[in-house]
Amino acid sequence: MDILKIDNIKKSFSGVNVLKGINLSIKSGELHAIVGENGAGKSTLMKIIAGELEPDAGKIYLNGKEVQFHSPLDAINSGIALIHQEFSLIPQLTVYENIFLGREISKKFLGINFVDKKKMKREAEDVLKTFGIENIPVDSKIRDLSVANKQLTEIAKALSINSKILIMDEPTAALTLRETEKLFSILANLKSNGVTIIFISHRLEEIFQIADSVTILRNGELIDTKKINEVSIEEIVSMMIGKSMNNRFPPKPVKKIEDKDEFFEIKNLSSDAFKGINFSLRKGEILGIAGLVGCGNTQLAESIYGLRKFTGEIYLEGKKMNISKPTDAIEHGIFLVPEDRHDLGLVLQLSVKENHSLPNLDLFSKVGFVASTIEKKSVRDTIAYLNTKISSINQRVDNLSGGNQQKIVLGKWLVRSPKILILDEPTRGIDVGAKFEIYRFMYEQSSKGVSIILISSELTEVLNLSDRILVMSEGRITGELNPRNATQEDILKLAVKGKES
Amino acid sequence: MTLSNGFVRKYGVIFGLAGIITFFAIESPNYFFTASNFILISKQSSINILLALGEMFVILTAGIDLSVGAIAGLVGAVAAGTIVATGNLFLGLAAGIGIGIAFGLINGVIVAFAKVPAFIATLATMSAITGITLIYTQGEPIWNLPSSFDFIGQGNLADIPFSIILMALAFVCAWIILDRTKYGRHVYAVGGNIKASRAAGIKISGVLVSVYAISGLLSAIGGIVLASRLGTAEPTAGSGYELDAIAAVVLGGTSLFGGEGWVVGTIIGGYIIAVLNNGMTIMNISSYYQEVVKGLVILLAVMLTSFGKKYWNE
Repeated sequence: MDILKIDNIKKSFSGVNVLKGINLSIKSGELHAIVGENGAGKSTLMKIIAGELEPDAGKIYLNGKEVQFHSPLDAINSGIALIHQEFSLIPQLTVYENIFLGREISKKFLGINFVDKKKMKREAEDVLKTFGIENIPVDSKIRDLSVANKQLTEIAKALSINSKILIMDEPTAALTLRETEKLFSILANLKSNGVTIIFISHRLEEIFQIADSVTILRNGELIDTKKINEVSIEEIVSMMIGKSMNNRFPPKPVKKIEDKDEFFEIKNLSSDAFKGINFSLRKGEILGIAGLVGCGNTQLAESIYGLRKFTGEIYLEGKKMNISKPTDAIEHGIFLVPEDRHDLGLVLQLSVKENHSLPNLDLFSKVGFVASTIEKKSVRDTIAYLNTKISSINQRVDNLSGGNQQKIVLGKWLVRSPKILILDEPTRGIDVGAKFEIYRFMYEQSSKGVSIILISSELTEVLNLSDRILVMSEGRITGELNPRNATQEDILKLAVKGKES
Repeated sequence: MTLSNGFVRKYGVIFGLAGIITFFAIESPNYFFTASNFILISKQSSINILLALGEMFVILTAGIDLSVGAIAGLVGAVAAGTIVATGNLFLGLAAGIGIGIAFGLINGVIVAFAKVPAFIATLATMSAITGITLIYTQGEPIWNLPSSFDFIGQGNLADIPFSIILMALAFVCAWIILDRTKYGRHVYAVGGNIKASRAAGIKISGVLVSVYAISGLLSAIGGIVLASRLGTAEPTAGSGYELDAIAAVVLGGTSLFGGEGWVVGTIIGGYIIAVLNNGMTIMNISSYYQEVVKGLVILLAVMLTSFGKKYWNE
């Protein structure tokens, strides 16, 4: 039986048709995945279902009855909850206070309503227990929780108001593998309790792991809805991008890496996030550093770039380096493309041009004055090389898609002829097409002799792109793998090593 | 979509000023809408705009400088006191400007190195500097200033009031620095995203300290013009100026969250305040009511900007 039916929904923003007549049926109690490139209309569709946006045309039927949502509250009251990538929790408040936010339980004392903390705590615990969510103390503050536990709190909040349909926008984007597994087992539990789940994801592998059916959107149109066992990952990808792409990865270039080439060496690096890290990087090599979130690889990358304090020695071309701030790394041609581009990679209020120039103004200016012609030429050349899609170099970067933003971050370092590029989750939140282009860019750079440290939680990415893989767990390197004969399981085994004991 | 919120921020304020001028021009064509009155308005706005330009540098880095009025007051007193004591005009000006920059640097060091939030840091220095001024002057105005000193605030150069020339110079310098130089880019970047700026190799503390020093310098110049205009250095002359300076910057569309703003906007913001004061005085509106109207206009302008922003973003 269809719990939710969407009939010819249309939506446009400033004349751009974002949804061009979507028809979609969701069966009661299923886990329905929605996939599509960035800009396909997934989020807009979900926001319409959850009452955050109103459609221009079309109807929504819930349990066969037509509904009209004018606000998220309307949808919530009908049992539909949307869980965003950015959580709507208040960090200073506790788990139970967040779960009951806006509908606090009260008791009367001397004719005055006071909040009934005891009862709220007890009921919050009940909700968590019912759905198999363990290990979250209800009176801990949200800001002290891990991302995964924040998300589970958000889910518990939705379930505590008897949501029948749970919509999740990329719930696994920030989770470790183990946390993802845990989330999936909780989702399975919810399903058996009759909750219908709509799930947006960029990670196609995990859709095959948990979804019952999958709907592919492209350019505001619904391409197809398939049972998960009737479709392959390649078919989904080709439906998403509209052309068949046999391989999600570009052909590997033929390159020769000299074994003895001691180009870049890390000796006994330690900090509060990692211990005794030793490795070397050869010229033109792509070295994958895999691991679960929190294993210390991001902190290692940021330390090498001078953003964090550490002890130990770093050698570049045989010479000992002294890195205490980003400028030290930049001067030696070592650049970081950070995990969170909004946090560390871009100044969102500034334009494409200004972001591109930010670390390069010394090259573009004469006696302190910015030389406009040199600057503009550099921006345009880089944009063209990376196939970045922008309307103008004066466009603000916060209006760009994730893929194009990432190309701005990558591009600004190209100007300085990198020796080593540290790419931390370079394709996070980026659509398939842009991913392919970033992979190709990595191959091109490494063929030119640029060494790349690739940090990624997407195992297929690490296995396909790397010349060599290091795996980290609990701040230590737990093993080295040759991607030619290693599997995802091999990486995972090393990634949890030392965790169980 | 082509009309971005940047457009509304940038040009809305121009229409605002034009609207206010049109209103007063209709109400008072004979007094308000005359060339001599516009020169008077420019003269009246020059001190506030000098302070506002410095304030803008600070606000662009997502900071705030509440001490600009206090610095202006102290500088006026120190410059006047030095001139009276030594008889040397240039020594007095140098002492005043030096004091202004010094207190700006102190603000900057407190914000950049002691990591005290700018609001608290400059609130504290504002209070301390006001006290220092009272101690220095013993609460008495300093007068008997030479006529050479009066020239700065009262004299003309080629028929143009010297204070307007100073304001124009400061405006051109600020524009060039913010719009054309590497340093200016760094100011916007630090205000927009301090972490990304650090990761791009920008020296954050250098930028932070320098914007407060620039604010101190411009407050000093403003303070000297103020003392010279009055012909005496009043110990409390600068009080309240910080609010008009912040108002001018915000009216001009600079974001209090940093990273966004346009120098021309600050000038127009300063003029809006000056035109309102001038026009209402001509219309014989009591100064008590003037304050109320000024407050409402600032509120309205900021509300319109954020409304426009929402509207164009939809």
